[in-house]
Parts: sequence; structure tokens; C-alpha cells
Amino acid sequence: MKLDDSRSARTMAAHTPELDWMTVDDVRLEVIERGQGRPILWLHGEEGLDPTAFFLAQLSARGRVLAPSHPGFGHSPNAESIDTVDDLSYLYLDLMAARDLREVVLLGSSLGGWVAAEMAVKCADRLAALVLVGPLGIKVGDRETRDIPDIFALHPDEVRRLQYRDPAAFGVDTTALSDDQLTVIARNREATAQYAWEPYFHNPKLRRRLRRISVPTLILWGGEDRFVTADYYGAAYRAAIPGARLRTIESAGHFPHLERPDALVEAVDQFLGECRV
Amino acid sequence: MRAWFFSENAYHLLADASEYESIRVQLPNRYYDPKLGADLYHRFIDEWLIAEELGLEIMVNEHHQTATNLNPSAAVVMGALGRVTRKARLLILGNPIANRREPVRVAEEMAMVDVYSHGRLECGFVRGVPYELSAGNHRPTHMMERFWEAHDLIVKAWTSHDGPFNWEGKFFHHRQVNIWPRPYQEPHPPIWITALSPASAREVGAKGYVVACFLTGWDGTQAVFGAYRARRAELNLPEAALDRFAYAALVYTGETDEEGYAGARKLLWYIESNKVPPQYTSPPGYHPISSAVTAMKGSASAGIFRLFKNPAPLDEYMERGLVFAGNPDSVYRQIKKMYDHVGGFGHLLIMGQAGFLDHDETVKGMQVFAREVYPRLGELERDS
Repeated sequence: MKLDDSRSARTMAAHTPELDWMTVDDVRLEVIERGQGRPILWLHGEEGLDPTAFFLAQLSARGRVLAPSHPGFGHSPNAESIDTVDDLSYLYLDLMAARDLREVVLLGSSLGGWVAAEMAVKCADRLAALVLVGPLGIKVGDRETRDIPDIFALHPDEVRRLQYRDPAAFGVDTTALSDDQLTVIARNREATAQYAWEPYFHNPKLRRRLRRISVPTLILWGGEDRFVTADYYGAAYRAAIPGARLRTIESAGHFPHLERPDALVEAVDQFLGECRV
Repeated sequence: MRAWFFSENAYHLLADASEYESIRVQLPNRYYDPKLGADLYHRFIDEWLIAEELGLEIMVNEHHQTATNLNPSAAVVMGALGRVTRKARLLILGNPIANRREPVRVAEEMAMVDVYSHGRLECGFVRGVPYELSAGNHRPTHMMERFWEAHDLIVKAWTSHDGPFNWEGKFFHHRQVNIWPRPYQEPHPPIWITALSPASAREVGAKGYVVACFLTGWDGTQAVFGAYRARRAELNLPEAALDRFAYAALVYTGETDEEGYAGARKLLWYIESNKVPPQYTSPPGYHPISSAVTAMKGSASAGIFRLFKNPAPLDEYMERGLVFAGNPDSVYRQIKKMYDHVGGFGHLLIMGQAGFLDHDETVKGMQVFAREVYPRLGELERDS
């Protein structure tokens, strides 16, 4: 089945799956856990975790998907001990160890891609492959170049225009949402500010450390990403990770898993096939 | 009751608001003419000096990257005032200490102003408005935690006199804190804290500092002062004196009601010119999650931030207790009404200059207030 439109993708997945809870040390996490087989760890970005997302359903046909909401996002409580991306990277390394997950396919989007990259530079022992979807986290230009648009200084409509190929499809009528849904939106924004405010969406040390990544790595980029481009930011990421491949997904912006879930999963399939993991 | 003359030192000579998106954070400073700005600085300092001559106290604040306020450093202007004034108390309300990277530097600056002025400093601490966060690149989350750690560090720096102490907190790190000069006043200058919500008033009440409300109107002010008093009662602390409570309003006193209203309408520039887009009014983490949810549902945001978005006519602000204006009798009655409604207060913070209210008009408003209204405010405390 091919789906090329996110709205129909959302409709297809309208049955809302239950969310589970897990605890890593003393940190409680809302988590989606679905499917059987090889572990697939999905780390969401600023957009948060949508349990109805079509790409998660597709991924769960290929293995056991584990997709947590980071502390402060979704319904995951704030955690006293977790307030940086560095903390998140240790949290999920600990999660993999606690579950004794092996040969994990680790995927992360945007802010979540940054977390995934921080994990892989620290320890790749439990990883089989790394897939970074429009990852943030590195400083590319000089000090006067704003690599990543300042979402906290732009009108929300402009942020959406930069991040989505089809911003209208992802406009949210907040007056039509429940208090719970609005709370999640507000928490996601607040948690993003906590993790990414300064240095802005990056760790000045990360770019140099990326050379330590020893697992096969695929970097996926929306071909119409106006927020952070493949030519500039994606190319710098690829150059920093030994052997990494960079592929673009056509007709998608900064969140290709939402705008082209089918193409994203297809690219992941192809990559895993190529590197025989 | 003490009355304080407060001016935001705005640069009002701007193009029409339709020509720019925001008066704060991003308005290019090519719109600012330093030659005109120099004259304005001197004019505003003259007005503070006239306030002192009239028997009023002096209040200064600070804001950043905005044409609404050209004092990005309250310490600098207060340093000048500390030298040229002789008797007025000098209130800075306040230092935005959740946004200052070096609280020890704040402790130094405030000690310096206190010594300069032979102990006339009243030192306010404020959280700072949401627009300051992008301007200074300050993280909007955990601000109050940062605020109180900064406060603790400043007070310890002021009150430690036996050589360096160590501070390795969550937000601030020093291994050798030992400020020179130390404050003139013992143990330190009086502390004021602005609170716009009952939740933030509780901690101020527990500490017994002066709590200041800014344009919070009848019910907002009553709720804040009530929370302050209730917290003290909960902790079995002595009832707070009236001098623990301050209310800031736009005030213009004329010889006649008409003259008073005309002056007050010019003061409304402060509210009407506050054109700011949503990304600066609601940075994530600044307002509680519940307020963000309420805002997304289309309901109005809280307090003064709502005003800035939806300016109203003068009479509405007067009805709500944000503006006291008219002839001396009218102004007295309005202040008395607020006083009675909120359980009394000991400080009236007069925002008496804004926008196109010129020097003569500003001075006239102060003079009529000082001559005809101020002496009567003592009756309030005697009656209560």
C-alpha cells in the first residue's frame, strides 16, 4: 500500500494505540511499544510523539518499535535529573542496557537525531545501525551564521512554513483540540526550550566527536526542508561521520516521517538491506 | 504612604506602528537618534530631580532591546542619580536577576549605588517580562528557580564580611566571593520583589520583603496582597506592615478632571505602543502550561500582557484601577478606593511619564499631585 499524503496517512491510523509506561532508573517515560523482532528505537524531535503516526505502524511491521516521549514531552513527567540532551543520551543508553537490547536500529528526528548522535559517539555496542532524520546538534557555520532558524524569535506560522513542505496540512486548529492535546503541545514546546535553548540546538563539541561513530549510518533529509537544508547542514553531518550516506526524501520538509512516511520507511528498508543488518 | 515617581525613559519618536512588527527585541536601532536620546536622558534625570524637590521618592527600572525603555542598566542611571540627589529614597524595580549571568556583579553594583547614595537604595528584584528572553538569550524554563538562587547568592554576598565564600549552585558558580564595597545599609538595602500572581507572592511574603504589583487592578492586586498576607499567617509570622505593599499605576493629576484625563491619555502610550508578536510574549516555559493551554483555546492571556495586546479606552483602565486620573479630589478618591479594596498599601508607584507627555506636562502632573493629593494620603493610614 502506497500513501503519499500525510492526511490520508493519519486517517488510516485513526485507531489510537494505547500508550505504555516504562521506568529507567527513576525516570518515568510514556512509551509506544509495538511489533516483534529486532529492536527499533525511535527518538522523536521537537514535534513530539504522535501515537497515531503512520510511520510508527510501518516500522512496527519490521521489528519491535520502542518510542519513548522524552522527559517533559507528551505525558512523560519532567525528571529532576534530566534537563540536557547529554542527559537524554545517557538515559537511552541506560534504557538499552536495562532491556538488554542488542543489534538495535536507532532512529531519531531533528532534536531526537541529535540525541541519537550523542548516544552513538558515546557507545555503539548495542547498535546495529543509525538513522538520523534531519538531525540537529552540530555547529556548521561561523559564529555569525545562524545555522538553524530561531524558532523562539519567529512567528509560529513562519516556523511551520519553514518546517513543512505543506504547512497548511500541518496547521493546527487549537480551538478544536482537547485540553489534554493542548497540554501536550505546550509541554513539547517548553521541553524543546529546555533542551535546545543554549547553545541553540547544538553541542559545540559534537561535530568533532561524530568521527567516533562506528556503525553504519544513514542520514535522511527532506528534499524541501526549508528549515535546515541537506546541502548545507546534512552535508556537514555526512562529512563528519565516517562512511555515512545522505539521502533526500522528495516532497518532504523537515519532518519527512510525517510528510512522506512511506518513503522514509522505504529508505530505511533499503539501507538496512544494503548494510545487511 | 510614600509616593515614588517612575518613568520608563521611553524613546517615543518612532515611525507609525504599522511600519514595524515589534517595538521590542527586533526594532532596528537605526530608528534611535543618539543626539535626541541624549537630550531625553537629561530631561528624564531632570524630572527625577524635580520629583525629589517635590518630596517624592525616585523609582527606576530596566528593560532590554526596546524603544519602550532606554535604561538597559538601572544601575547606571541610578549611579548618576545617587550622586545628584540628596534625600530621596532610590528604588530600582528592578534587577532582572533570573536573566543576569553574574548575580555577584549585581551585588557589587547595588552595593556601589547604596554607598554612593549614603544608604538610600531600595533594591528590587524582578523576574523580567517575557520579551527579555530572546533579547538576552535567557532560557525561559526554570526561571524562578534561577531567580531564587541568584537572590540567595546576592544576599549572601552583601552580608558576608569575613573573606571569600564558595558557591557551586545549580546555575551559578564562584569559589571566591568577597565583594568590595559592601552595602552602606545594614544588613543590606531593603529588598522589593514584583509579583503579578498570588503564587509568586507567597515566597515574597514568607521572606517579608516589599511586594510590588504592577497594573494588576482591583482583583489582581487584592489576590497578590492576600496571598502574601495568607502565607505569613500560615507560617505564624507577624502581620505585615503597610510598608510591605506597593502598587504601581499610571497616574496623572490635573487642576481639573479634563486636564487629568488628557494627561492620562498620553500616558496610555505605554500600553498602546506595546506592539509585540506572539513569539516574544509567550516564550515556551515563561507562562505556566495551564496558561499556555488557555491561550491556545483563544482565551485572553493574563494580566498586563493581555492589555498590551488589546488596548482599551481610558475610562476602562480607570474603572479597573490601572489608571488614577483627574482633578486632585478624583485622584485621591481613586487611590482610596484601591487602598480600601486591597487591604491597604504603603507605597504608590507613580508611572508619571510616557510617550508624548512632554516635560512641562509631566512636571505639572507631579506638582499637582504633590501639592494636592500626596498630603492627603496620610489620612488613609490613619483611618485604617
